[in-house]
Amino acid sequence: MIEIKDLHKSFAGVKVINGITLDVKKGEILALIGGSGQGKSVLLKHMAGLIKPDQGQVLVDGKEIAKLRGKTLSQLRSRLGFLFQGGALFDSMTVFDNVAFPLREKTKLGETEIRKRVIHELEQVGLSGEEEKYPTQLSGGMIKRAALVRELIWKPEIMFFDEPTAGLDPIIGQTIMNLIDTIHKRFPFTGIIVTHEIPKVFDIVNKVAMLHEGAILTEGSAEEIVSSDDPIVQQFIKGETEGPINYY
Amino acid sequence: MNESPLELIRRLGASFLFVADRIGMMGIFLAKAFLYCFIPPLKVSLILKRIRFIGLQSTLLIILTGAFTGMVLGLQGFYTLNRVGSTAFLGPAVALSIIKEMGPVITGFMVTGRAGSAIAAEIGIMRISEQIDAIELMGLQPFRYLVVPNLLAGIIALPLLTAMFDVVGIFGGYLVGVKLLGVSGGIYFGEMAASVTMDHVLEGLYKSLSFGVIITWVGCYKGYNTGTIGWGAEGVSKATTQSVVLSSVMILIWDYFMTSILF
Repeated sequence: MIEIKDLHKSFAGVKVINGITLDVKKGEILALIGGSGQGKSVLLKHMAGLIKPDQGQVLVDGKEIAKLRGKTLSQLRSRLGFLFQGGALFDSMTVFDNVAFPLREKTKLGETEIRKRVIHELEQVGLSGEEEKYPTQLSGGMIKRAALVRELIWKPEIMFFDEPTAGLDPIIGQTIMNLIDTIHKRFPFTGIIVTHEIPKVFDIVNKVAMLHEGAILTEGSAEEIVSSDDPIVQQFIKGETEGPINYY
Repeated sequence: MNESPLELIRRLGASFLFVADRIGMMGIFLAKAFLYCFIPPLKVSLILKRIRFIGLQSTLLIILTGAFTGMVLGLQGFYTLNRVGSTAFLGPAVALSIIKEMGPVITGFMVTGRAGSAIAAEIGIMRISEQIDAIELMGLQPFRYLVVPNLLAGIIALPLLTAMFDVVGIFGGYLVGVKLLGVSGGIYFGEMAASVTMDHVLEGLYKSLSFGVIITWVGCYKGYNTGTIGWGAEGVSKATTQSVVLSSVMILIWDYFMTSILF
């Protein structure tokens, strides 16, 4: 469903993505792991067409996303959902209006039906009674859940998650992971999750790819990653300070 | 600092290209904004909200500045005209200064400071907090929600605010010239009616319309491109400052060209 071919990207002369080739199949969830600043979020934004590559291609259903314009791009994007690190809720709208926004703008549903759906979906993620609050009145976990509902309410075929549990306590983090898993079972979207939530994320993904220095160091099932004999992979997933990865 | 002539030319060329690139980008931004004004659906509720913000919420400021501008013109005009014994022309002097120049320009400056800066900051914050990316990723066009409502609201609100400034300013001049300094009220308004024509009013109207475009265009452009001039709070701060400075300068330059070429 998503094919990345020899992707390269630099910002202000600094190489961030250095020749990535990767496939994500339909209905599969891929976890992108790797140290901070290794290019995971940049890769995710390439897949969503928010950043154009310097070299290489990102193909979604065989279409090169960087070359799409106007209506074709809008049509493709109508099939995507993106959970941003900070949630990206519209801060001038209430939680209800945020979640209702894609339904109001992209469907012909009546206000009664929209209300019914929004209330139902908010209930599913434990946000009942929070409908009239503004994003600034919510906790980090509530923002993530509201943003997740806003993205998933119109059932996208491909869902991107940029660090969905960053800044959350372990229990809320686990709740978000469970929520992604539950929703994926309800309607099996193709998902890409950028995360540092190891090993929690391994329970809900089909495949894991580790980025190191702008390239894919290794990819495989969660079991293969855990049993990898690569010292970089082992140091990273165990969170050890001593080893080949040295930030200082 | 011994720069070779070649290096100097290279740097001048690079600066020229940079400026040309920015002007081109701003031009494309405006063309796209106008294009979306004609492609339905228009977000009427958003346009009304922006008219309320740019127009209605600026009225007190406009009344205040209009009144004092008219009063100071009345005062200065009276003492200048009194030297040549022509205080009868105070009415036309105040009215023409306000209708043709002061009204549109000062209204433009006030709206730039109050609403143009807020537009840049608001859109800039939406840019850095990825809210604009979120709209794009829903397959929607952010211009419809962020740029078009502001642009149309500017085009509608600025002439109305300018008209309000003109009326209040003329009465400010009346207050000082007639009530304080003793010019005849009949002469003040009589000479004004004889001197001010519809062309003068239209000149002010066209100027205010174009200033409405400039303020909202620059505010939206600077906010929308916050990421290109810096991120975070610093980026928003730069966008806001640049929007106010650029709008103000453009208002003055455009005012000169409209006055000298068109009228």
